[in-house]
Amino acid sequence: MLSYIGRRIVYALPIMLGVSLACFALVHIAPGDPLVSVLPADASEALRQQMMVLYGFDRSYLEQFALWLFRAAQGDLGTSIASGRSVSSEVMRAVGNTLILAITATFIGFLFGLLFGFVAGYFRDTWIDKSASVLSVIGVSVPHYWLGMVLVIIFSAQLNWLPATGMGPTGSAGWQMDWVHFQHILLPALTMSVIPMGIIARTIRALVAEILNQDFVQALRAKGLGELGVFTHVVKNAAPTALAVMGLQLGYLLGGSILIETVFSWPGTGFLLNSAIFQRDLPLLQGTILVLALFFVALNLVVDVVQSFLDPRIQRA
Amino acid sequence: MTFSSIPVGNVKAIEKSEGYWASVLRRFSKDKLAIAALIVIILLIAMALLSPWISPQDPYAGRTLRRLRPIGTDGFPLGTDELGRDMLSRLMVGARMSLLMGVTPVLIAFCVGSTIGILAGFVGGKLNTVLMRTVDVFYAFPSVLLAVALSGALGAGLGNALLSLTIVFIPPIARVAEAVTTQVRSRDYVEAARASGASAFTIVRVHVLGNVVGPIFVYATGLISVSMILASGLSFLGLGVRPPEPEWGLMLNTLRTAIYVQPMVAALPGVMIFITSIAFNLFSDGLRSAMDVKS
Repeated sequence: MLSYIGRRIVYALPIMLGVSLACFALVHIAPGDPLVSVLPADASEALRQQMMVLYGFDRSYLEQFALWLFRAAQGDLGTSIASGRSVSSEVMRAVGNTLILAITATFIGFLFGLLFGFVAGYFRDTWIDKSASVLSVIGVSVPHYWLGMVLVIIFSAQLNWLPATGMGPTGSAGWQMDWVHFQHILLPALTMSVIPMGIIARTIRALVAEILNQDFVQALRAKGLGELGVFTHVVKNAAPTALAVMGLQLGYLLGGSILIETVFSWPGTGFLLNSAIFQRDLPLLQGTILVLALFFVALNLVVDVVQSFLDPRIQRA
Repeated sequence: MTFSSIPVGNVKAIEKSEGYWASVLRRFSKDKLAIAALIVIILLIAMALLSPWISPQDPYAGRTLRRLRPIGTDGFPLGTDELGRDMLSRLMVGARMSLLMGVTPVLIAFCVGSTIGILAGFVGGKLNTVLMRTVDVFYAFPSVLLAVALSGALGAGLGNALLSLTIVFIPPIARVAEAVTTQVRSRDYVEAARASGASAFTIVRVHVLGNVVGPIFVYATGLISVSMILASGLSFLGLGVRPPEPEWGLMLNTLRTAIYVQPMVAALPGVMIFITSIAFNLFSDGLRSAMDVKS
């Protein structure tokens, strides 16, 4: 067990280093002088040189990368050019808001995805299975930012039941567990949940159908076990894969929340990325992407380890 | 045992047996859903190609006086947008940019990714490690995040959006190509070809490519739907095509402010993205089962 975790971590470390290198390179593939948004247009050459030294742009790429990585490891991701605040504090606050949204969406998607998947897998090739399959194809094909707009049109513009944008009433500082905040998260979370719902339903359907075809299910039925008993065995066998898919989907939603956050003006990482891009705030862009990408790699690692706990066969593979 | 001992029926069966691609075509043509999806795709492409001639109005000509007309207005069957331009014409011409942005990245990534994957899988060793670990780094980013990060850093524009999306789709294709090539490389027929003196080039050309391209292609067609949604998403964020160029994602973005005035018109570009994406998904599913490729 420990050796498996060790191997998995050793494998993840170079990936994390590579991801950091890619994030570092983002600033350098950006066209134009990296100082252009800091310096006034009529800055003298001497001032430019001084700023180059201050920001470390006069050093070699390798030195710059090492220094940037060293600071990032200590939680210092630089200073946002637009707001003048530290990038890490901005990112951390936004990550919290995105996490609330992504976890709620994953939960909803998982619940309905499991339901559709199990029902479709159990009643294979019936109309129930076919309609569940159609639903999951729709789930993976729908442009979710458009679905968000449609939900806003129906529930906010037409029916006036739910708020269209924001995380809470104006003036609310952060997330709170109350009815008003729940109303605000409902539409974005529902919109976001459609993607994992389709993917989980597809995976579970195939998994359940495969498990039901295995000999041990035949044996269980032959020894007279009731359908409910067989069902618990199917659940036990499907759980590791289902949880793994759920974990990965949470990671994708965290990284891909920008479109939905834009539609609903949700104050998370997507919103931060959006403003970083359009204000050419490269340190903020770099820092946000680094945190999200490393979070995704770490989540993958956790998912693999948890899955190997639940299903010891994986370690031997 | 003489040749006459082989039953005649068997010989007939061999004569009548069809090639692999013929059997794929036969299975595919029986799949009603996949055929319907293919027809939709062909119609969309035809609409995109012919749009300059068949669109009823000038897609760029707007007039403030006729802003945001509802669906069914005289002369503007699908209404007008926030600048008073004909929606039907803009949706038709917009198909060009949207399809181009959705399909091109997958096409280029298919060529580049297959080359990387086949090379890594066939040569193996150190080259495999270097290529595939580099691919793994890019694979470690969630796809939307990578696309936004690259096009955000490079700046808005059609070329940068296409480049970013291509980089997003190379890693998954390269991984599939490498996995399939590694499988094929250890097959007996490759061993037999090598033993009979075939050069590496001949083996790759005849045995590897012949058996590998099919599964990679099926996988790549499945990515087109994702690419359509992502490409329009980049335009929706303002990172793709620039106004006044009609493109479905960008149209959806500029019409967002109109959802309280003309909700049906505002939702139309998304319907087009949805139809295209679902058609490519169903086509890919049909192709996969016709080619009997395990997903």
